[in-house]
Amino acid sequence: MDTQTFYKTVGGDYNEIMARLMTEERVLRFVRKFPADGSYALLKQSLSGGNQEEAFRAAHTLKGVAQNLGFNALYEKAAAVTEILRGGSMEVAALMPAVDEAYKTVIDAIPQIDG
Amino acid sequence: MNERKQKILIVDDSEMNRSILADMLGEEFDIIEACDGAEAIKYIRSYGVDISLVLLDIVMPKMDGLEVLAMMNSYKWIQDIPVIMISAESASSYIGRAYELGATDYVQRPFDATVVYRRVMNALMLYGKQKKLMGLVEDQIYKKEKEQSLLINILSHIVEFRNGESGLHVLHIYTMTEIILQTLLKMTDKYKLTPEQVSLIATASALHDIGKIAIDDKILNKPGKFTPEEFEIMKKHAEYGADMLDKIPFYKNEPLLKVAKEICRWHHERYDGKGYPDGLKGDQIPISAQVVALADVYDALTSERVYKKAYTHDEAIRMIMGGECGTFNPLLMNVLEFAAAKIRNELRVNSLSGNSSKDINRITREIISHSELTASTRTLDLLERERAKYKFIATMSKEVVFEIYREPAMISFLDEGSSILGVDTSISNPLHDRKLADCIGKANLEKLYELIEGATQEEPIISFECDVKFNGHKRRCRITVMTQYYYNEATDGYQYESAVGKIEDISEFYNRIEALEIAATTDNLTGLLNHNYVKLEFERCCSEQPDRKFALAVIDMDDFKHVNDVYGHLCGDEILKTLASRIREALPKNGFAGRVGGDEFVAIWADDGNVQKEADRIYKQISKKFDIEEASASMGIATTEISRNYDALFRCSDKAMYAAKEKGKKRYCFYTPELGEF
Repeated sequence: MDTQTFYKTVGGDYNEIMARLMTEERVLRFVRKFPADGSYALLKQSLSGGNQEEAFRAAHTLKGVAQNLGFNALYEKAAAVTEILRGGSMEVAALMPAVDEAYKTVIDAIPQIDG
Repeated sequence: MNERKQKILIVDDSEMNRSILADMLGEEFDIIEACDGAEAIKYIRSYGVDISLVLLDIVMPKMDGLEVLAMMNSYKWIQDIPVIMISAESASSYIGRAYELGATDYVQRPFDATVVYRRVMNALMLYGKQKKLMGLVEDQIYKKEKEQSLLINILSHIVEFRNGESGLHVLHIYTMTEIILQTLLKMTDKYKLTPEQVSLIATASALHDIGKIAIDDKILNKPGKFTPEEFEIMKKHAEYGADMLDKIPFYKNEPLLKVAKEICRWHHERYDGKGYPDGLKGDQIPISAQVVALADVYDALTSERVYKKAYTHDEAIRMIMGGECGTFNPLLMNVLEFAAAKIRNELRVNSLSGNSSKDINRITREIISHSELTASTRTLDLLERERAKYKFIATMSKEVVFEIYREPAMISFLDEGSSILGVDTSISNPLHDRKLADCIGKANLEKLYELIEGATQEEPIISFECDVKFNGHKRRCRITVMTQYYYNEATDGYQYESAVGKIEDISEFYNRIEALEIAATTDNLTGLLNHNYVKLEFERCCSEQPDRKFALAVIDMDDFKHVNDVYGHLCGDEILKTLASRIREALPKNGFAGRVGGDEFVAIWADDGNVQKEADRIYKQISKKFDIEEASASMGIATTEISRNYDALFRCSDKAMYAAKEKGKKRYCFYTPELGEF
């Protein structure tokens, strides 16, 4: 798929990301780096380990990275989780499936980008 | 010019975010990345203002962005390094707190390439301009202060000149006033003085006796005691001084003038109210005048006058503390007791370093006439660059570079030098420093100072070799020093003031010499001694142990030419090496062996009565089978019973060896007189 289709798939805005990052080459360079970003794995791990502070930071980082890369669906789901964790609560079980799904969508779509 | 790239520190716990930012800023900058606050502080600490800007995330592990800002505040780094916050946190409390802590700007996520680049450039420009302006203002202030102190110096010198006092009086009063006030501030907060006020009072102290201008020369310089009437006139100088300053039509509200007036009028008041001109009591007397009065008394005691000799520092302190020179504020007495040692040291420095007021004036004038000499940021930058070059060269050549100052006695090492030697960077009284004595050696240090003292302007460079501990290991070093001389007006000659030097590790060079020595004594191929050295060694043994007998064996390969011809020289060399190592192994501990040349060897050992047995053992060892079937060796032996002359003994053994060959080779023979004269 081309980059525009990719952004449609992950619930992002192609024009918005192009306006911010200027070139498609740069956009794709960072998008392809995304699977190596550890914040999602850290979030899952710290949630199951009961480390609230670390979970907050991981969610916060995931949110920030998703926002920077224009993965808007993932950004919104991660933002919701971040706000709950910020309050000191760990009650995110109801929201996590949405995060998992959005993350999976992005991860699955990246290898299908042309080039 | 080869412009250096500006350094930007990006602090964010997400590697992705850091690389996006780095990419947006592009090749124009030198990017350093830190993954948390603690790492950021580490970089800022080591690079300092080399970092032109920090991009700082808020939410991070270990130390968050706001804590980093707080740290940058407490170390005052925030004044020199602009910080742009980057975060998805848009809560206004965060942003507000960041601005309060000195953040310059704020960039929100998601990052926009144009916005990030523009904000960074704006912040850099703003700070750049600010730095330039600060430099200009600093230069102005510096110049103004210098001019001010120049004028004050001239004025006070006029007074001292008329008064026949040394040029040092004003300088002493200045130094002591400053020390007493600084100590006072440390001991109590009773007197609310800022550092600026302390320096103002010290500066104004120079004018304390300005009223003496108005006193008649004849009274002022009268040798011997004043009559009561004369003394009354003398006392007037306090009021005169204050009046004169009061009548200056300008600068009425200048703080310096106000303080100077206080000091002039009241520096002869006494804490018990028995002073003049106003009989003020206790803290009615301004603290400025109290301190200058104390300094004035101390300096009067320790200076020589027409009617008295100079008291020592200790005597003067004792007299003041004992109340022999009037009553002072008890608090100031505590301060004096506490600061006595510092006063003595500082005043001694000011007297000995040739730093007379005359010099101050000269230097001041020079500085003012050469505006490029002012310590502008640019000049400091240039100096810093020179220093960096110097440091680089010193590091590359593994040298320790140092500077020596004569007065006050000090030695300081450049950067890594002190850690290589394991000493402090700056050491006062180097001759008494334990660590320095440990690594360089006390005797060597004394020698160094002796040589420096003995150097002359014509031959300012001295150099010597000694052992120095580099990183704890003893190394052979060469210390080279160039002494530097300055013109001294007082003696109209040049005087050694300081020196620069280096300590250079020359162990490698020494090791090479040692290697050459070894090469000169040994045979290349076999590693045994060479023939000359065998002879020397034999002669040494004989003369050192005249009652001991020695045996000398000559060993020669049989038909070695044949081996070389058939198997080649390389193979022949291998055989020689084998033979040499067999000889070495077979010899008793006190024995030694050498190669005479070709396939001929010589071996010597102490003959303690069983030479037959030893010879047999040695021969068995060397006549084992060689790699080449037909190779074998013959040996001839003689002992010092025949002769203690090496050449004679060698010839005997040689004859015995040929006898062995004649008997069919592959054997050994002892020398017998029948074999012929030696």
